[in-house]
Amino acid sequence: MTAATAGAFHDGSSRAAATNDLPRLLPPVQDGKRPPDLAAHHARHGDLPYRDRIGTPASPGALISDVEKSGLTGRGGAAFPVHRKLAAVLKAADRRRRTPAVIANGAESEPASDKDATLLWLAPHLVLDGLQLAAEALGADTAILVTHADREHDVAGRVRQALQERLNTRLDRVPVQLAFAPGRFLSGQETALVNHLGGGPSIPTFMPPRITERGLNANPTLVQNVETLAHLALIARHGPRWFREAGTPAEPGSMLATIHRGDGQPKITEVPLGLPLRDLLGDPQQTPAPESAVLLGGYHGMWLPAARAATLTLDNSSLEPAGARVGAGIVISLPPDRCGLVETARVIRYLALESAGQCGPCLNGLPRIAAAFVELATGRPRPHTVEDLQRWSGAVIGRGACHHPDGTARLVRSALITFAAEADRHARGRCSATSTAPFLPIPAAAAQTEADWI
Amino acid sequence: MSERLLVNPIDCKAHGACAELLPEMITLDEWGYPIVDPRPLPPGLERHARTAVNACPTLALRLHRTEAP
Repeated sequence: MTAATAGAFHDGSSRAAATNDLPRLLPPVQDGKRPPDLAAHHARHGDLPYRDRIGTPASPGALISDVEKSGLTGRGGAAFPVHRKLAAVLKAADRRRRTPAVIANGAESEPASDKDATLLWLAPHLVLDGLQLAAEALGADTAILVTHADREHDVAGRVRQALQERLNTRLDRVPVQLAFAPGRFLSGQETALVNHLGGGPSIPTFMPPRITERGLNANPTLVQNVETLAHLALIARHGPRWFREAGTPAEPGSMLATIHRGDGQPKITEVPLGLPLRDLLGDPQQTPAPESAVLLGGYHGMWLPAARAATLTLDNSSLEPAGARVGAGIVISLPPDRCGLVETARVIRYLALESAGQCGPCLNGLPRIAAAFVELATGRPRPHTVEDLQRWSGAVIGRGACHHPDGTARLVRSALITFAAEADRHARGRCSATSTAPFLPIPAAAAQTEADWI
Repeated sequence: MSERLLVNPIDCKAHGACAELLPEMITLDEWGYPIVDPRPLPPGLERHARTAVNACPTLALRLHRTEAP
C-alpha cells in the first residue's frame, strides 16, 4: 500500500494509490489552484443523502447503525467511537427533552497539524454534508462550524463561499453558522470550544456533566472533528462495507496525516490506518541513522527512536504497546542536524505558556518542567534535574480538568528516554546538533492577557 | 452502588482541608493540591468523607455515585 496524496499545500509528489480508492476525502491532485465547487463536489461524490423518506422524517437509527458498523472513530485525536457519541447525545436529548446542537470542530490548534485547514480548503462541502447528516440524525436545530480566523490560507473565506453555494441551492436544512476560535493551543478542546461558543473564554471546563449531556446553551451537544464529519458523509453515501475497504479490521478507514520531513511546508496526505510508518518517515529503503528520532501525535505525543518507529504501523493497536497513539496523524521526523532536547524544550515552554492556568498541578507543574528541561537543553543540568522532571511529570498526570498536563508529561517522559544519549552529551558540554535554526513550528505569540482567550 | 471522591481541579485552591480531614483517601502534592485515591470509598469512611466534602471552602470536592463496584 502506498500513500496517496492530494492537495494544494504539499509538494505534489503523488504516488498513485495502488490497492484502494484513496484519496477519499481530498480531491485528486489538480494543476489549478481553484478548489472544486458544489457542482464538482456533487459530480464526484453524488448528492447529499438525507435519510428521510417522503412525508416521514429520518429515523436516526439508520445513520447511527451504519456509523457503528463502519467502525468510524473521531479523527481529532482521541479516536472515540463516533456512534457512541451520537447515541449519547440522542439519549440525553430524549431524556431531557432538549434539542441538540452539532458542532464541526475545525479549530485545529496543534501547531504541527494542518490537515483540518487543508480539508476545509479543498473539500468544504464534504464536511458540511457530514454536519447536515449528523444534525438530521440527532434532530438538531443548531449547526456550527468552528475554525481559526488567522490561518495562512483564507479557510474561513473558502467555507463562507461554500455556504453561499449551498444557500443558493437550498441544500442545507439546518442553517450553518461559522464561528472562530482564538489561536490558542487549547481552544480546540471540546469543553473549551463549547465554553467559547456559549460566550465564555476559550478555556476547558470541568466534566461531568459531559457536553453530550449538557453542552452549548445547556443542550446535548455533539462536537466532531471536521475530518470525522467528512468520513461520515461518505459512509452515508457508500455504506460501512465500503468504508472498511481501507484500514485494518480493528481500526478501519483512512485518515489525513500531516508529515514533517525536513524544513519547509509539511505534507498533508490521506493514508489508510495500519500503514507502515516506514512509508512516512523518509526513504523506505534506507535504514534510519542510529540516533534519529520521530515525534508521533504532535505536541501531546511521543518521541520514539526512528528505528523503533519504522517497525510500527499507523494504528493504535500497533502504537499503544510503544506508548504512542495515532492522535491527529502528525508524524515528524527530526532532521539529523537538530537537537531533540533543544526542540523539545521549546515545545514544552510553549505548552506551559498555553496552559489555561486553571488547575493547580498544571499551573505549578508545567512551568517548573519547562524550566528544568531548558537546563537539560542548554547543558547546565543540576544533579537532580532529571529526577525532578520525572517526578513532576508523574505528579501532573490525570490531575487537570483537561488532558493538557497529561499530554505534556507524555512528551517530556518520551524525550528523556529517546534523547538520553544526547542528554549525557550535553552534561559533558557537547551537543550533536549542527544547526540551531528552530525546526518544530511554534506560534509567535503566547497568551499575554485574558483577552487572548476570547 | 459505590461512592468515589472527585475533585474539581479548576475550583480547587489548595486550602488542604480535605487532606486534613480524610488522610486515608487524600494526600497533598508538593504544591498543596490534593491527590485523591480514585478507588471507591471503603465502608466506614462515608461520614468522614462527607465532612471533608462539606469543609472544602471552594466546594471543589464531591462524592460521585458510580454504578460500578
